[in-house]
Amino acid sequence: MHSAKEPSANAPETERGPRRRPGRLRRIGLPYLLLLPALLLELLVHLLPIVIGITMSFKELTQFFIRDWGAAPWSGLDNYEIAVDFDAPVGEALLHSFLVTCAFTLLSVGLCWLIGTTAAIYLQETFKGRGFLRALFLVPYALPVYAAVITWGFMFQRDNGLINHVLHDQLGLTDSAPFWLIGDNSFVALLTVSVWKGWPFAFLIMMAGLQNIPREMYEAAALDGAGMWQQIRRITLPSLRSVNQVLVLVLFLWTFNDFNTPYVLFGRSAPEAADLVSIHIYQSSFVTWNFGTGSAMSVLLLLFLLAVTGVYLWVTSRERKSAHV
Amino acid sequence: MRRFRAAAVGAATLSLALTASACGGGSTSGGGGSNDSPKTLTYWASNQGPNVEADKKILKPELAKFEKQTGIKVKLEVVPWSELLNRILTATTSGQGPDVLNIGNTWSASLQASGALLPWDEKNFDKIGGKDRFVESALGSAGAPDKDPAAVPLYSMAYALYYNKKMFDEAGIDKPPATWDELVEDGKKISKGGKWALGAEGANLSNNIHQVFALGKQHGADFFTADGKADFTSDGAVAAVKQYVDMMAKDKIIAPGNAEYAQNQSLSDFAKDKTAMVLWQAAATTFKSQGMSDDEWGVAPVPVDSGAPGAGKATNSMVAGINMAVFKNTKNIDGSLKFVKFMTSDAEQKILCKSYGSVPPVKAAQEDAAFDRPELKVLRDTLAKSAAPLPQVPNESQFETAVGTAVKNLFANAADGREVTTASVKAELVKAQQQMSSQ
Repeated sequence: MHSAKEPSANAPETERGPRRRPGRLRRIGLPYLLLLPALLLELLVHLLPIVIGITMSFKELTQFFIRDWGAAPWSGLDNYEIAVDFDAPVGEALLHSFLVTCAFTLLSVGLCWLIGTTAAIYLQETFKGRGFLRALFLVPYALPVYAAVITWGFMFQRDNGLINHVLHDQLGLTDSAPFWLIGDNSFVALLTVSVWKGWPFAFLIMMAGLQNIPREMYEAAALDGAGMWQQIRRITLPSLRSVNQVLVLVLFLWTFNDFNTPYVLFGRSAPEAADLVSIHIYQSSFVTWNFGTGSAMSVLLLLFLLAVTGVYLWVTSRERKSAHV
Repeated sequence: MRRFRAAAVGAATLSLALTASACGGGSTSGGGGSNDSPKTLTYWASNQGPNVEADKKILKPELAKFEKQTGIKVKLEVVPWSELLNRILTATTSGQGPDVLNIGNTWSASLQASGALLPWDEKNFDKIGGKDRFVESALGSAGAPDKDPAAVPLYSMAYALYYNKKMFDEAGIDKPPATWDELVEDGKKISKGGKWALGAEGANLSNNIHQVFALGKQHGADFFTADGKADFTSDGAVAAVKQYVDMMAKDKIIAPGNAEYAQNQSLSDFAKDKTAMVLWQAAATTFKSQGMSDDEWGVAPVPVDSGAPGAGKATNSMVAGINMAVFKNTKNIDGSLKFVKFMTSDAEQKILCKSYGSVPPVKAAQEDAAFDRPELKVLRDTLAKSAAPLPQVPNESQFETAVGTAVKNLFANAADGREVTTASVKAELVKAQQQMSSQ
């Protein structure tokens, strides 16, 4: 703050010099100055923990050293070797949870996108009750995640839950009441909650994107005899390309890293079929007190996500450029 | 952003905490605390009662009493179980913890290894009236055997067999089973028409560990070797886990739905006359809160093959309970010791344990007439004669997760109707053990 005053305090003195200088100085210096607090915070909140996390991944950090982690012995690449040794139990479990997460993310993002986009397109037309539906669709987005997922947990209970009551008791769709929170079905339960939680965001973004498409294009297309499906394929989707690019990326990152949903649904030890990477790493670090291996897994996850994001952005921006040419 | 993930927050807190301790220094130096701040204390109490508010109601008047006696103000924070261990870990890394805290007694050796807790040597014990005041089995769960304890026993509990009198009457059973064979036999009489004999909390890792640990003792297995190495795959350990899961898989006296229980649902089934027996620790207050009157249930020791609980293969419970520890870097070491002395005094032990339905680990307090209730008598006898502390090893916490998860997976298989064999039990335990050794 103190230095922020300096240019203006000096301004009268430099008045005699070349006229444009103080202005330029202010123009170039001030923005950076204003950015400084944010930069410092960014450094403190994001960069520093990453650096510390990376350091920890090279250390043998167990309960013997958590009080004075600097004293933990260096272990070189040991933690990474343990994490990627897919023939040994730790690596095998990590690979398993990675594959589960990939499948889960693909399905969840795909479904969120599909439902969100469909709903947004349908709600483009004005009709009675549109406002109510819009508000209703955003409910999952407005609820506190924790409370919502706990409620889902209750609904998925085998003996007293609503899901089995409807599926088994009322509709008779299943022979016996299935388990949802343990065993293989847990993947379906997790996916259901994740999609329920995620699609309103896709809906919101798509709605915003659709507002930007001029109505005249549709009118012209309709005059030319294009049906609804053709309009969606030829006008809506191409116009939403840049919105989609961000939406899919954000959904991907959120879903891949989602911790709340599985943690609240399954507790600290998720069933194998729903063992997402985030909870797996949490377990390695905070439940089995192996912060070194946990950090190594986190760094590997970070690298993977960076790589995927990089490739994704590169490919999509190339597509966009070629589309414009 | 509402999508802030608990993991990220946890990691960030930890990292920041680490930075603080790395930059600030001081907190990581050894030593045994100071008296820089003699007028106040911070106390983290674990959530013992039905909820956090109930705990505050019980503890606040006692803390006021302490303040009146010593002039030291105690700042109380009741921490829910699910958060306690992470809170302690964060406090340990940052050095910014409370002065005095409650810990689950199974974590004693793990936390002792971190070096964050004040060791209770002769000198410190003398300041609270000496080691001899405490029940031996409770002291056994306060740290590794060859070291000064890391904590002092505060509340003790043990497992007992609680049975629903009405359901026993209906099935024509006149006394609770004393052996496992009797339990299975009785269980088959009860388990029909939507009613089940025994409750389990198949998805609760700690509960799984408590049950298979006692059964393990009965099969001569310890889950750890004498030098503290994981030993989950011995014949005894496999037999113990199989015996427990078989009550659902083979004997069919545990309802399959119990495989996903982790929130004490089995107690509510018990209160609703759906389940006839539970193996539980100090369940009286919960039954009351579920609307059961004291004469509707009975209590007996957990079965053993000989029918007579005792030491070794007749062990029928883990030593359950809460310990009180002092953070090594407290700024009020004298006050902390005074506070521990106060909380473990005969008078306070009677008040607190009565409120919480636990057994005092202080011998003199146990003599009080209030602890003569039949239920507490069983728990007290178990603690004195036939309970053993969980292995006091630094990686006890990993053991709970690894083996607790193995049992959870096996229950899930049993519930799904998949066969549970000696080989499948062994395979799960091998996996659990491999996770321990390669980390």
